[in-house]
Amino acid sequence: MTATLKTRQGGPATSRPAVRRSRADKPFRHLTAAAGVVLLAIMAAIAVFLIAEAIPALYANEGSFLTELIWTPNNSPPAFGIGALAFGTLMSSFLALIMAVPVAVGVALFITHYAPRKLAGALGYIVDLLAAVPSVVYGLWGVIFLVPFMQGPSEFLNEYLGFIPLFSADQVVGRSMLTASIVLAIMILPIIAAISREVFLQVPRMNEEAALALGATRWEMIRMAVLPFGRPGVVSASMLGLGRAMGETIAVALIFPATFDITFGVLGPSGNSIAANIALGFAEAGEVGRGALIASGLVLFIITLLVNMAARMIVVGRSGARK
Amino acid sequence: MAKQIQVSGLDAYYGSNKAIEDISMTIEPRSVTAFIGPSGCGKSTFLRTLNRMHEVIPGARVEGKVMLDADDLYAPGVDPVSVRRTIGMVFQRPNPFPTMSIYENVAAGLRLNGRISKARADEIVERSLKGANLWNEVKDRLNKPGAGLSGGQQQRLCIARAIAVQPQVLLMDEPCSALDPISTLAIEDLIAELKDEFTIVIVTHNMQQAARVSDRTAFFNLAAQGQPGKLVEMDETTNMFTNPSEKATEDYITGRFG
Ligand SMILES: Nc1ncnc2c1ncn2[C@@H]1O[C@H](COP(=O)(O)OP(=O)(O)O)[C@@H](O)[C@H]1O
Ligand SMILES: [Mg+2]
Repeated sequence: MTATLKTRQGGPATSRPAVRRSRADKPFRHLTAAAGVVLLAIMAAIAVFLIAEAIPALYANEGSFLTELIWTPNNSPPAFGIGALAFGTLMSSFLALIMAVPVAVGVALFITHYAPRKLAGALGYIVDLLAAVPSVVYGLWGVIFLVPFMQGPSEFLNEYLGFIPLFSADQVVGRSMLTASIVLAIMILPIIAAISREVFLQVPRMNEEAALALGATRWEMIRMAVLPFGRPGVVSASMLGLGRAMGETIAVALIFPATFDITFGVLGPSGNSIAANIALGFAEAGEVGRGALIASGLVLFIITLLVNMAARMIVVGRSGARK
Repeated sequence: MAKQIQVSGLDAYYGSNKAIEDISMTIEPRSVTAFIGPSGCGKSTFLRTLNRMHEVIPGARVEGKVMLDADDLYAPGVDPVSVRRTIGMVFQRPNPFPTMSIYENVAAGLRLNGRISKARADEIVERSLKGANLWNEVKDRLNKPGAGLSGGQQQRLCIARAIAVQPQVLLMDEPCSALDPISTLAIEDLIAELKDEFTIVIVTHNMQQAARVSDRTAFFNLAAQGQPGKLVEMDETTNMFTNPSEKATEDYITGRFG
């Protein structure tokens, strides 16, 4: 998962000014070019290895890899499908993103534009710290605290908002898609908040003053000058968070009930993800089982790539329209 | 439109540092008042106290009185936001919103006063751009980014943005200092037209500019580095430039310091 941070003025960090190349640049240029080639070669080798491992398993598969809703690659005959896992990955990650982004942007705005200077410094430090907490800690906290805690609120949601498919369920449990998504949201919140804060700090002071001088309140100034300027950066930060959520293994492996069904209800005892399934299944997997898990890993890679490209198109498309 | 500003005994601080001291003056409506003086003497600071922009800097505060006709701008309970809607400002460096089109830039302030119809917004945008002598240059590309204009055009765009909300007063802080001579002339012509409608205050570094555009001139100075700036004298511009009553003014105008 990569996401470049772009500011409107700076452009991507890799943009090169058109300066005359001096002789001293030459060896360095060859060195960086070589490093780039090596990196690409390593990535290609990994891809080839993974694909080679996955293909036999895919051939052995008795079910359809795309639609089968079971994962029994170690049986004979083996049968497994990616559908439920891919769905669970996307569903939990997008739910997490929807919950995390507004809060993260709010935190970043508070730190940059509302909090007194000392408080802002302390809060910024805490956010950076939280971003560095290993995900297993969030996972354990989720299992030990959040799973039992969520039982009550989940039942409440089901009772009063059950007419919305998202909150309908035959059985309401704590180990649900919702709980896993909340843990993911809390996990990705600090990184999104930290990057958004950096982006909001880049907003030129003179644009903020222009808004204030027009008679904008602080919130109007934020909407007029800060948010539009920071939008590409916030989108990039969100994509970074989304990538983390989709690739997250241990935190969700601890919480998901590891089922293989597709349901939009987030309160019931179902939910799984590609990464969690790999973490839980790899140790006991046989030859085909390993190949199947590797194939699922490749799917995760493709999904991540597609989401990233889509996000980039959003950023470029919108800012390009103004040019 | 166009109101008189009356300042009495005004001090402005940055933290514990007093930047200007005991300034009193009257700024007449429908005329151009120029502020001149060596850099660092507090011209910008004083200008920003007139629309309560000074206090947006952390730790900055103001003491004294500023009256806009009968309204005390610093009376308790006065919302600085509403003061700024009445007294517009143009900055030293052109600062159109980089994410907005030309049209959106001019309309930016209109949206602050609640919803207005598209037709009404179109009308105000056109009138403001015409008022800023920019309409003919941009009427075919209103949806292009404001940041794509030349520096002089950007500054006129900022003037259009400021007058779109129909302020009583227009404050300009060295509006031409980042512009080439041709653009400067365009802005000066514009100022001469705008003074029929607005009370205009302009800070300028350029003596000729003050002489060309202003009706009255105020000369600020500071006794020494680190001392607060003060108003030395204020008079009809013609008097100031031909027959100043203070020695310091004469020295400054004739280029002996500053
Ligand atoms: N943001 C600020 N913070 C602290 N001091 C400032 C700030 N802006 C200006 N000053 C100080 O206030 C004094 C007057 O500055 P200014 O009003 O910008 O002068 P001028 O516009 O006449 O050049 C200077 O001594 C300057 O250092
Ligand atoms: Mg200044």
